Amino acid sequence: MTPRQKRMVTVAAILVGVGIATAFALQAFQKNLLYYYSPSQVKSGEAPTSRSFRVGGLVENGSLKREPGSLEVRFTLTDFAQEVGVSYTGVLPDLFREGQGVIARGKLRDDGTFVAEEVLAKHDENYMPPEVKQSLKPHAQATGATQAAGQGST
Amino acid sequence: MWLWIHKFGSPPHAYRLLGKLAPWFGWPALGLILLATWWGLVKAPADYQQGDAFRILYVHAPSAWMSMFTYVVMAVAAGIGLIWRIKLAHAAAAAAAPIGAAFTFLALVTGSIWGKPMWGTWWVWDARLTSELLLLFLYLGYMALRASFDDPQRADRASAVLAIVGVINVPIIHYSVVWWSTLHQAASVTKLDKPSIALPMLIPLFIMIAGFQLYFGWLICRRLRAEILRRERNASWLKEAN
Repeated sequence: MTPRQKRMVTVAAILVGVGIATAFALQAFQKNLLYYYSPSQVKSGEAPTSRSFRVGGLVENGSLKREPGSLEVRFTLTDFAQEVGVSYTGVLPDLFREGQGVIARGKLRDDGTFVAEEVLAKHDENYMPPEVKQSLKPHAQATGATQAAGQGST
Repeated sequence: MWLWIHKFGSPPHAYRLLGKLAPWFGWPALGLILLATWWGLVKAPADYQQGDAFRILYVHAPSAWMSMFTYVVMAVAAGIGLIWRIKLAHAAAAAAAPIGAAFTFLALVTGSIWGKPMWGTWWVWDARLTSELLLLFLYLGYMALRASFDDPQRADRASAVLAIVGVINVPIIHYSVVWWSTLHQAASVTKLDKPSIALPMLIPLFIMIAGFQLYFGWLICRRLRAEILRRERNASWLKEAN
């Protein structure tokens, strides 16, 4: 082998080696890299009970209730398979609304209610003008369902 | 072919060629960026959910794209320099690093500004944001490593290895939103499926990306020329030119 070919092999070996090492490391940390759990995972007991974690799903239509005289809100998060009741006191982000994907961080209470300390809105990858959204109404519900299914499968 | 590479690899020739090329990148870049700014801020319709706030996309997405593109350019240049011992390739990698760091910084800052009103937070440690922050540290680490050697040849080789190792992060950034559940949304444009962004909003985005791409070309021409001057400051061809 000429020195040049040797260097070529060295560079290729570095790339392959680091690539494999990274793949293993990411595989090992898979659980920790998961940013949020789906309601199905929470119901099946995969989520931790002792420490706080995040749960993500769609805010179920018609589930949002505000306590009069306070900032407390209650809503249900769903992935169209299971649902989790959430209670939160504080200011909600702009994009928060029923049917919207959100991620709540907090703890699961013994009675199965998730007490959130923080609620973040998850924006999807769709960008369109309002007119287009109007004309897509029936279709939009279908994409909402597939999105939730995708969240459930993680 | 080989003759051409050697000719281009010679500093005086490259210096002259880059000087001639620069305006061919610079002026179209300025034109396209101005056109895309007007198109994106004025002509494009508002988003159905985010209203006018989505328009930060026209800076955020091209910056994020360029932050990864620049890294690949830098790693490939470093690899060529390492394997074929071409000094000009190392110089190109060195010239690209601060550009990439700037694009990465811009992507992180614009994302943060958008994240506060939309998500409700400036920053989260999800896989996409964390891997993009790692990219910034890779650029900064590369620059710091270069600066820590007095001997330019040793600086070239040591930093080239770092640049090549770090390129593993680029596919991780891109696929982070697919592999893990992240707060950051999935890709709207860079996927095989049809874009999830309406055409009147997509056109200015593409113009802006083309503009950024040409701007990068202009910057690299200018910076590489400066890098050649710095490395060849004692060479006879420079004295003859003056």
